[in-house]
Amino acid sequence: MSAIGSLGGAGGRTKTAPDRPEKRRLTPYWLLVPGMAWLLIFFVVPMVFLGSQSLQTGSFEDGTKLTWNFSIYWETLRGYWPHYARSIGFAALATIAALLIGYPLAYMIAHKSGRWKNILLVLVIAPFFTSFLIRTLAWKTILSSGGPVVWFFQQTHLTDLLQWLHLTDKDTLLATPFAVIAGLTYNFLPFMVLPLYASLDRLDHRLLEAAGDLYSRPFTAFRRVTLPLSMPGVVAGTLLTFIPAAGDYINSVLLGNTRSTMIGQVIDGQFLRVLDYPQAATMSFILLIIILAIVMTYVRRSGTEELV
Amino acid sequence: MPTPTSEGQGDLCLTNVTKRFGDFTAVDDLSLTIPQGSFFALLGASGCGKTTTLRMVAGLERPTAGTISIGEEDITEAKPYARPVNTVFQNYALFPHMTVLDNVAFGLKRRKVADATKTAKEGLELVELGHLAGRKPAQLSGGQQQRVALARALVNHPAVLLLDEPLGALDLKLRRQMQLELKKIQEEVGLTFVHVTHDQEEAMTMADTIAVMNAGVIEQLGHPTELYERPASTFVANFLGQSNLLAGEISDRVGGDLVVQVGGHKLALPGDRSTRQDGKVWLGVRPEKLRIGLAGGADGAGRNHLDGVVLDASFTGVSTQYLVRLAWGQAITVVAQNDGSALLRDGDQVQVSWVPQHGFALDAAQDAFAGAQRVGDDDTPVPALGGAR
Repeated sequence: MSAIGSLGGAGGRTKTAPDRPEKRRLTPYWLLVPGMAWLLIFFVVPMVFLGSQSLQTGSFEDGTKLTWNFSIYWETLRGYWPHYARSIGFAALATIAALLIGYPLAYMIAHKSGRWKNILLVLVIAPFFTSFLIRTLAWKTILSSGGPVVWFFQQTHLTDLLQWLHLTDKDTLLATPFAVIAGLTYNFLPFMVLPLYASLDRLDHRLLEAAGDLYSRPFTAFRRVTLPLSMPGVVAGTLLTFIPAAGDYINSVLLGNTRSTMIGQVIDGQFLRVLDYPQAATMSFILLIIILAIVMTYVRRSGTEELV
Repeated sequence: MPTPTSEGQGDLCLTNVTKRFGDFTAVDDLSLTIPQGSFFALLGASGCGKTTTLRMVAGLERPTAGTISIGEEDITEAKPYARPVNTVFQNYALFPHMTVLDNVAFGLKRRKVADATKTAKEGLELVELGHLAGRKPAQLSGGQQQRVALARALVNHPAVLLLDEPLGALDLKLRRQMQLELKKIQEEVGLTFVHVTHDQEEAMTMADTIAVMNAGVIEQLGHPTELYERPASTFVANFLGQSNLLAGEISDRVGGDLVVQVGGHKLALPGDRSTRQDGKVWLGVRPEKLRIGLAGGADGAGRNHLDGVVLDASFTGVSTQYLVRLAWGQAITVVAQNDGSALLRDGDQVQVSWVPQHGFALDAAQDAFAGAQRVGDDDTPVPALGGAR
């Protein structure tokens, strides 16, 4: 339709002028159609399906039907709250660890790496060239007893510190909450580094010169200028790390023990082994609501208009 | 934390300051004293070392050699945050996440000055932006941002205020206005302003003293009129305004005047207006000092005369610029005020004349085109008013 108008060139433009504004107003909506259709089919419909399934009763063999069984939510929460708490806690610790490791890394790549910048960025993404599962399995080897990491931790008595923090219960690292958090941190670190890099790279170095000129020591300049200006990257990075980490189960399956089970692992079991679909759907929905509540509070608090 | 204040501080002194970046010498053995309370301009083309000099005073670059001091205090090694110096940056470098008021109060708060907010508000009033205190920098126009940057530096009452091409990003009209305003503010607050610019007109409008820099050294330093009327080098003669330079040789001396032979003509020049008393020289005269008339017309005695042909005349309203070819082929520029006399046309036989006291002579060993702005050679974002060509 609009192609005809543009084909007409200058002459056609004056001719079609009267109905043009109308078309122009509708154009944004037409452009939204594919995205909206995608969301409807692959997000809204499955959500409604999942929601209705959580309120059904029955068994896999005999079939289930919708009985508006809301009590299952309360029962699930009462039965599985430690798993939820653990998931949120592990994800939060992994996010904090990733931020502490990722921020200096992103800062270094953005401001100090010079001509190595692109190579370093590729190195950050390089782990994605192998499968998530393989990489996590590799950590089993890295953290295995008798390995150099365990030896180092024992020598430096970091194992004692971890035991005191209840992140390990023996003198080893594998099959402990510590290993799960380490795995989560490692696996989601690139998701932290990339948005941080993007916002730090945009930071004008001259602003830091101005801060120094205005009596700020380097640390004050960081706190007053660099950090506030990189907040969009911090928020984006923490969300991209926290959300998938909270629902992750590969790390807890491969690196954890029976007392470090995360909720994703339980949902997996309910869906694929116990085949209790209503129970699994309920668990998924509760996780979704918890994450949503945390994220919304967090974004409000951090006050970055760009993301809300 | 130091307590920077303008009281009890003295002159800014650079002593034998050199800055090298690898093999490139940006600033070469520069010595300079800038008196307290003066408006000082460092003028030069881009890459002449003026910004490097400024950054060394600000502490953003370390000199390779030499010392920088303010009054008795040696600040060569002092960190930027520990110097009683503030800068108005070229791009303003306003903090985008803070309001205008927070920007202005930034330095005061870092120094834990009492009533920082109140002082910052007064600073904003000084640049007439009190009503925009709550805005973010991005919501301001270029001229307003420039004033905020100025206020942010001024409120700290530094011993020296550095301005790095502060008006470079503004359009011509706003530049003119801000030039006058900056000068006014400087007179009000009485701080030492060191202003870096490549715009000769801007420097002449504002500064008490101008240092013309070229290739890391100062070519000439002095009051704007002194630099303009008595340039000490061909670079200054060409960079500051426009000059006609005629190749000549000093042949005689009559009383206090030198006689300069130029293309077979004897031209007079006061002896104290020449950098040398014998040998080959460039005899210089500014285009607006020349008087032009049809050949054979009566002209005052005691003037230097040369004959020529009008090559080109361009009428600009307030004046007419003529290009006149002299007998030996050299073309000189004459700017004639529009005083109602008839315009000359291309091909007219003319006589140009000037008072000997308006000439100046420079050593002929210098490059006659040094500092001249050729077409396409100009990095000025906005053409300077009355700039060369």
